[in-house]
Amino acid sequence: MGEYKFITTSSPHIHSGESVQRIMFNVAGALMLPAAAGIYFFGLRALVLIIITTLAAVLTEAIFQKLRGKPITVWDGSAVVTGILLALNLPPGLPLWMAVVGAAIAISLGKQVYGGIGMNPFNPALIGRVFLMITFPVQMTTWINPVDGTTGATPLQIMKMQGVSTDYIKLFLGNIGGSLGETSAFMIILGGLYLLYKGYIEWRIPGFYLGTVAILSVVLGRDPIFELLSGGLMLGAFFMATDMVTSPISRLGKIIFGIGAGIFTVIIRFYGGYPEGVSFSILLMNAFTPVINRYTVPRIYGEVKVR
Amino acid sequence: MLKTFRGGIHPPYNKDLTKHKPVETAKLPDRVIIPMSQHVGAPCEPIVKVGDLVKKGQKIGEARAFVSAPIHASISGKVTAVEPRPHPGGGMVMSVVIESDGKDELFEGINAPKPLAELSPDEIKNLIRESGIVGMGGAGFPTQVKLSPPPGKTIDTIIVNGAECEPYLTADHRLMVERPDDVVLGLEAIMKATGVKNGYIAIEENKPDAIEAIRKAIQAKDGIELVELATKYPQGGEKQLINAVTGREVPSGGLPMDVHVIVDNAGTCAAIANAIKTGMPLVERIATVTGTAVNEPKNLLIRIGTPFSEIIEQCGGFKGEAGKVIMGGPMMGLAQSVLDVPAIKGTSGILVLAKNDVVLSEQSPCIRCARCVDACPIHLLPTTLGKFAERGMWTEAEEYHALDCIECGCCAYVCPAHIPLTQLIRLAKNHIMAAKKK
Repeated sequence: MGEYKFITTSSPHIHSGESVQRIMFNVAGALMLPAAAGIYFFGLRALVLIIITTLAAVLTEAIFQKLRGKPITVWDGSAVVTGILLALNLPPGLPLWMAVVGAAIAISLGKQVYGGIGMNPFNPALIGRVFLMITFPVQMTTWINPVDGTTGATPLQIMKMQGVSTDYIKLFLGNIGGSLGETSAFMIILGGLYLLYKGYIEWRIPGFYLGTVAILSVVLGRDPIFELLSGGLMLGAFFMATDMVTSPISRLGKIIFGIGAGIFTVIIRFYGGYPEGVSFSILLMNAFTPVINRYTVPRIYGEVKVR
Repeated sequence: MLKTFRGGIHPPYNKDLTKHKPVETAKLPDRVIIPMSQHVGAPCEPIVKVGDLVKKGQKIGEARAFVSAPIHASISGKVTAVEPRPHPGGGMVMSVVIESDGKDELFEGINAPKPLAELSPDEIKNLIRESGIVGMGGAGFPTQVKLSPPPGKTIDTIIVNGAECEPYLTADHRLMVERPDDVVLGLEAIMKATGVKNGYIAIEENKPDAIEAIRKAIQAKDGIELVELATKYPQGGEKQLINAVTGREVPSGGLPMDVHVIVDNAGTCAAIANAIKTGMPLVERIATVTGTAVNEPKNLLIRIGTPFSEIIEQCGGFKGEAGKVIMGGPMMGLAQSVLDVPAIKGTSGILVLAKNDVVLSEQSPCIRCARCVDACPIHLLPTTLGKFAERGMWTEAEEYHALDCIECGCCAYVCPAHIPLTQLIRLAKNHIMAAKKK
């Protein structure tokens, strides 16, 4: 049969074909749904903001990797996801240069300083957003009214200041004031369902996050439907709390993560100074993730219960 | 309801290449290379020397230890070498090489024993031992040893493993379709030898013709039940199978007998049946020769010791450029570097993957997606174990139950970052075991 040279790598000899790149671009694709809603309601300005923020994120990643003498891996799509996510979390009218600063901070301080993809403890997009909130508090809370383009308040601000609720249909479809990609619960859920169907996110985190907020709202005498549909909760629950790198790996851990994020969100919204608390809640739970992982190691097959 | 376990994966099964092809008898090989170690346990001692004439079924390797199994000539002819030769399990192993005389004469000592009804449990066990029967699913544990639990261990259930969950392989499938009565007879012999009244034959639902054949074969049998399993890898893993069929969990570090179960492969049962019907020891087996780089994939009845090269030639040789030659299935099989290794008792298949189908992807950092956690049938944290192994943290790896890993390959199969998790955990296991021996 002649001389053949065979490859002798170890088993398994086949692979699912799944890749980090495919996961990231699927997430980016799902994010296009809330992005489309943002562009529809807030106009071309929103599209420009998304493009600029994403480019800034990708460029920052490339520059950082170049400076560190590491291979440039922007094609894995993770910086694209961070860029889009950050843009969806910004007021549509934010000056573009501020968005660029936010993206640069998200990638550099949120991700590359820890060693790049997979190493960051906090969701990079949220690091960028929180940095902008602290640095540019006025611009970061100047909301555009999608109906007439004037500035106005978000439903959560109206609720906090005046105790007035907003129409469910408007909240669901998204023609309300708010961050670029957070207003349309409908499009976010659609994107989330796509990721669930593809297996790129796991139901426990969004399920328990939203469930906890709903139950606590009822218990504390608030309107659960309003709380679920307003602010950044939907976007956070489906697209940010589910970030693989910064959330727990075990099933129980994911449940704890979701419940914890729900509790923090309710505390900040109902009792805190900010009208919204999704970003901080997720970041707080990101910080707890290593501890959660440590204490939720699953019982293995055949483990004898003696301790 | 189909029975199954938690975890696992659904790889493409690729069984269509051979699942409808009846077992063909391979042509008599010109030469066989019979390793003296084809099983878990002590190697055999060769009891023939160069120049000896041997016949089919004649014992050529004596098993002196308890955990061992004798080895027999698979053809008649002349012993031309007794020396170390490449083994499909890796390395060089003492082997007996026999050149065929073309006559395929039967050894005089081979006589059909009494029918099963007249055999005592000890006679059955002795027959199994003397016939050199070992687990034919791949692990190769001597069957008689399994059937002789130490005092204090009681057995109440025998499970015949007909899951055949490895992609590509169809040897057990064809066996159950074509010789269901042998599988059942083998199970009956095991039940009689161990005095157990409950027997199950468990088959994945993707083999409806095998399920039908076995269902017919057990119609008039008491105490034997058919269990239909969900199609999921590694459904045929011993621990997963026991859990699916009985709901029991083999304790960590323990054996099936700790939960009163013995699992034997369908091929092993057929070998026992053959020994009872004809007195013939284990000298041949069915192997699936398949893959994307084989011209005519087949299920072949091959003599133990036939070189891979000859077997592949009988299937039309390589199609295009062969990238990998694997003994066993694609999930747990062993990649071979040369083709002059022989088929052994545990060779359930020879899989040849085309060069283009061999995945050699570059590894990237873990993104903690936890796919490996969801896939692990033992419910380990492969990503965590992989990180410990990369950093040489063997103590931590042991605390996180590295030794319980069954090396099924699910974690590495699903990993989007292409981290060789199974290999890393295997490395950790080796280090932990080496430290324990000190």
